[in-house]
Amino acid sequence: MGEIWVLVDHAEGQVRRSTLELLGKGRSLAEARGARLVALVLGHGIEHLASPLAEHGADGVLLADHPMLASYRVEAYAHAATEAIREHRPWAVLVPSTANGRDLAPRVAARLGAGIVTDVEDLWTEGEQLMARRPMYTRKAVGTVAFLGEGPHIAVVLPKVFPPAGRQEGRSAEVRRLAVHWEGVAVRTREVERREVRRERVPLTEAEIVVSGGRGLRGPENFALLEELAAELGAAVGSSRPPVDSGWVPHDYEIGQTGKTVSPTVYIAVGISGAPQHLAGMSGSKYIVAINKDPNAPIFQVASLGVVGDLFEIVPRLVEAVRRAKARA
Amino acid sequence: MNVVVCIKQVPDTEQPIRVKPDGSGIEEQGLNWILNYYDEHAVEEALRLREKHGGTVTVVCVGPPRATEAIRTALAMGADEGMLIRDPLLEGADHLGVARALARAIQRLTWDVVLCGRLATDDNAAVVGPALAEFLGVPHATAITKLEIGEGAARVEREVEGGAEVLEVQLPAVFTVERTINEPRYPTLPGIMRAKRQEIRTLTLADLGLAPSEAGAQAARIRTVRFDPPPRREAGEVIRPESPEEAAERIAAFLRDVAKVL
Amino acid sequence: MDFALPEEYRLLQQTARAFATAESLPQAARLDEEHRFPGEIVRELGELGLMGVLIPEAYGGAGSDALALALEEISRACAGTGTIMAVNNSLVWDPLLRFGTEEQKRRYLPRLASGQEIGCWCLTELGADSDATGRRTRAVEDGSHWALNGTQSFVTNGREAWFCIVFARSEPVQGSRGISAFLVEKDRRGVMVGRAEREIEINASSTCEIRPEDCRIPKENLLEGRGQGFRIALSTLDGGRIGIAAQAVGIARAALEDALAYAREREQFGRTLVDFQAIRWKFADMSTRLGAARLLTHRAAWLWDRGRPHTLEASVAKLFASETAMWAAHQGMQVFGGYGSLRDCPAQRYFRAARVTGLYAGTSEIQRILVARRLREGGGP
Repeated sequence: MGEIWVLVDHAEGQVRRSTLELLGKGRSLAEARGARLVALVLGHGIEHLASPLAEHGADGVLLADHPMLASYRVEAYAHAATEAIREHRPWAVLVPSTANGRDLAPRVAARLGAGIVTDVEDLWTEGEQLMARRPMYTRKAVGTVAFLGEGPHIAVVLPKVFPPAGRQEGRSAEVRRLAVHWEGVAVRTREVERREVRRERVPLTEAEIVVSGGRGLRGPENFALLEELAAELGAAVGSSRPPVDSGWVPHDYEIGQTGKTVSPTVYIAVGISGAPQHLAGMSGSKYIVAINKDPNAPIFQVASLGVVGDLFEIVPRLVEAVRRAKARA
Repeated sequence: MNVVVCIKQVPDTEQPIRVKPDGSGIEEQGLNWILNYYDEHAVEEALRLREKHGGTVTVVCVGPPRATEAIRTALAMGADEGMLIRDPLLEGADHLGVARALARAIQRLTWDVVLCGRLATDDNAAVVGPALAEFLGVPHATAITKLEIGEGAARVEREVEGGAEVLEVQLPAVFTVERTINEPRYPTLPGIMRAKRQEIRTLTLADLGLAPSEAGAQAARIRTVRFDPPPRREAGEVIRPESPEEAAERIAAFLRDVAKVL
Repeated sequence: MDFALPEEYRLLQQTARAFATAESLPQAARLDEEHRFPGEIVRELGELGLMGVLIPEAYGGAGSDALALALEEISRACAGTGTIMAVNNSLVWDPLLRFGTEEQKRRYLPRLASGQEIGCWCLTELGADSDATGRRTRAVEDGSHWALNGTQSFVTNGREAWFCIVFARSEPVQGSRGISAFLVEKDRRGVMVGRAEREIEINASSTCEIRPEDCRIPKENLLEGRGQGFRIALSTLDGGRIGIAAQAVGIARAALEDALAYAREREQFGRTLVDFQAIRWKFADMSTRLGAARLLTHRAAWLWDRGRPHTLEASVAKLFASETAMWAAHQGMQVFGGYGSLRDCPAQRYFRAARVTGLYAGTSEIQRILVARRLREGGGP
């Protein structure tokens, strides 16, 4: 009762990194409340996951292991999760913000009549109350949200906002198997096909690294420089608005207020001055590297690393430097 | 093939958004209210279903009186009917409350598919769609990028980490759509002038048979207590390397050692 | 007096702006550079109903103030597209709507609304420009036909148009009462199209000569009646001027918005340009005049829409808006400094586009004559 639960995200027999991040955060919440941290695993053939979960901080592991849960189908997973939550009444359930996490959690919340906050960037307690912080208005504002009532409180947490829990080798947890009752449960979805998508071009909004060009590139042909750097980095290519307005690149390259909002780990801004309209689309990036020959360009006020120099000289050499660094790694 | 589209009116986030100094919300002065972009894609998909299979497209919206403009945009795109659920008692409702109200209204209609945008750009929550499916007692799939209707079932595509999956979902069902599903049509001038004359039905909680304790602020399980502007980024280091080679080395080192992406 | 935009006009404005920004703006510089006609955009404008805005509401159209709103948005993105849209709506559609027979309307309006075909207007001759009464193009009755001969100059959209309204002298009297208006399908035998003029501005929209050479058109293609041409031309030009005023407002807005965006980013002497009072005052003045131009345009459109006399107001709007656009574009270039004169910079495109708004649909001097004449006749300001 009153436990902190983490819904485990696993694939191909492994616990995914997002789960370790939630275990880390879950641990600190559990300690603040003097409660247990429990990992809930839904799937089939999942017992071997108990051990890594225990080693990463779970006090208890609940296994709902059943052929009906072999692959994600929302009605099957919602049923199992809701049964487990109703039986054990945790105080909070942390769910990773994956495609399926976002598909499942609101349905579970509706079934339970529970409070739910998505895109959580921070989570803490104020007395007895669970609080969350999340971006709103396409990242133009930040909302502080209070969970009301007794719980369970469901938080769907963004990746990479909490550090992953450390591993304590040999640590053990209480492992319990959940008996899920399937009579009368309608599961009206069937997986027809699953495709590994090897895209030549990573979509901008999903890329970990984005290489982006602005007016400083002077013309459409120079975007080839960025494509080369992006290929070397496995990055996506974007642009600020002026290249789109000048017809150098198609509209779907545009990052900014009238284009896409991206939040990669690294955003490399090449020949971009850093107008507010552009910053609005990429200020969520973890690291910003800027190359611009104008030392007064506003982009340098937000760059983690700003380089004043000629992009036409630097970018080709950067391609080489990246190649060498990768070879050594 | 009757399709219901749930829409929301939101401030245009391409315009500046300012948080009130007391943090109680955003400044409403000068906001441009529009139909949520993701819902435009949902309306477009519904219109395409109608073009292919016949039937009607009904738009349902929970909002204040000004939300009729968003409904009119959908009507101008070609939707057949619009409905606004509007009640001061819904002030302070959470997403489940909104979903309950929508479910009640939709249950009175004859429908095969409910479409919503994947999320609304004001709170970016993405909760109402699946919650609505739960309250309607039907299956759902979120963030679909493709939709085809067959006999008694729909075939949808959605992106998941590392790939895409194709699902067959029995109808009736609720789907939330990703922006990549289609390119929405612009409302035409004849459409706009026709929409001007179309009647929009208005419903209150009482009309829906819902008590405030079921859908209003009393029923809410979350509340946004504060709004803040986004965190200001701090400037890092600005360097002026002697040579382009040095610049390249410094950047590569940063990518490897600080950002750890190499 | 209600200055609020009705809801449906707000939606139209939003739609026109979204379309212009997404479809026109990215191509505008290239179209200007390459002197290329935006065929695809014109077709899409047709699909949106924007190539025939003035159709009666019963058929899905809206009024002239809707036209002014839409023209401002389209012209803000691409002045050339704005010209094409303005000509088709106010110089071609409008006279057909007002003076055409049911049969003529049925034959031409649907195609001209679709964006698949556009129309043009042939009033100017080399020797009869501001003074159109001196025209030499002749129409001679010949059995069941009229035979047209002559040379029309500076025909906007002449090369791409399918349909022309041609003004020709048909009566044996001198002056305005001898002129009639004719509806000519350009693919008829005897219509020669001259080469495109090499303009310096609004290059996406072409101008050329149209030369009917013994071009025979059916008697039914006379518009309204013999000797009515000049009257049709003058009353149509009023609406045309309102269209150009709206276009000028769009160009002025483009100049202001782009210069303002630039001034917010560009730093010199340790501050952004917009921090300097000299620059700030330019924007204040640009904004003030732009607001006034827009209001004058909407007032004229409002009168036009309600069938009230609007000659004076149309000239006032056109005069003020075009001079505002020219002045604002000039100021905009100043803000951009040296960069403003580069082809890369949109400021020079606005400068060139604004310049022609002071020339066509009647020069500023003609507008002053018209306004002064009304005042002399006892009309109010």
